[in-house]
Formats: sequence, C-alpha cells, structure tokens
Amino acid sequence: MFTPSHFTAVLLFALFASIVFGITQRSETRAMIRYGVFCFCLFVVGTIAASWIMWLIKH
Amino acid sequence: MPTTRANVKVKGNAARSKAGTQGFPAGIVLLAGWLVPGLGHLLVGRWVRALLLFVSIVAMFSLGLAMHGRIYPPSSHLVSLDMLGFLGDWGNGVLYLLAAFFGWGQNIVQVVTADYGSKFLVVAGLLNFISAVDAHSLRLGRKS
Repeated sequence: MFTPSHFTAVLLFALFASIVFGITQRSETRAMIRYGVFCFCLFVVGTIAASWIMWLIKH
Repeated sequence: MPTTRANVKVKGNAARSKAGTQGFPAGIVLLAGWLVPGLGHLLVGRWVRALLLFVSIVAMFSLGLAMHGRIYPPSSHLVSLDMLGFLGDWGNGVLYLLAAFFGWGQNIVQVVTADYGSKFLVVAGLLNFISAVDAHSLRLGRKS
C-alpha cells in the first residue's frame, strides 16, 4: 500500500490536476505552461492556507 | 520569404486544422477520449497533449488504487453521495471497466490515505471528462 504524507498527496494531486487544467483550459503552449504552474501554486498555497485556518479555528 | 519559426508554427497549426476537419467524426473523438485518457487528442493529431493527459490521468488513477482508494459501485439511490462518486469514477472509461472486472478498489476505507485514494480515483475520472470534451472541441474547431 502506498501511504504518502498529507503534503506529498497534495503535491501529487496538484501536479496531475494542473497538467490537465493547463492543457484543456488554454490554447497556446506558453499559456498552457503558465496556467498549469498557476494552478499548481494555487492548489498548494490554498491547501497550506486552509490548513492554517483550520489550525487557528481549533486553537 | 524567409522561413521563420512563427511561419512554421502557423503552417503546422493550419495543417493540423485541415487534418482535423478530415479526420474522425466528433462523436468518435469524444467517445475515444472518454474510453482511453488522451486518445481523443491523439485522434485529432495532438500526440504530445495526448501523452501528457494519458500519463497524468492514469498516474492519478493508479495512485488512487495504490492508496487503497475505493471505487464506488452504482448506487440504488439516485440522489446520494455514492452516486456522485460513481459518476466521477465512471469518467475513467476503460480504467473503470478494468477495475470492475478485476475487482480493484473494492476496499473498505479505514485509513486516511485510502480516503485520499478514493478522491484521486474520482478526480481522475472528472479530469478525463474534461479531457474528452477538450478533444471534442479541438475536433469541431472551437479550440486550436
């Protein structure tokens, strides 16, 4: 069984989802790469931000 | 006129568009794209995109199974979370059929990574739906 840490799972999810988003949501190669990187950063930063918000709510 | 990189790119796009209008019917492209991740893009001549989509979606599906994620069976309740999960999983096309045939993903989710795995499986299916629709749009010329 593959048991990644929470953060590794986020990185893997963000990587593959961003590749598909980049290819399907833009037409030009350069725009695809830029949008894919943007989505990846948004996934990762959004998850970290949500984690901190949950930590603050708990404490 | 000297051949520039931009000219070559424009000619390449024009050739692909021409090939697209003479290629497979749009319905076939949509169906193929759903059945096998990236096959729709391959049929419209975008093999790099096809390869990237295939690798991404199959990797996500495989990781979901490796994490002992659950494949949702068809639910008897039309409006239920299980039915939504089933619809998402169903987007994986042949991968879903293989999982149903070989009994993959029939686990009871007991650990948190297995729950992540279930989400990977559902999202892989949803991404494959997007990919198939994108191939259909390419075939119809709505997207370049």
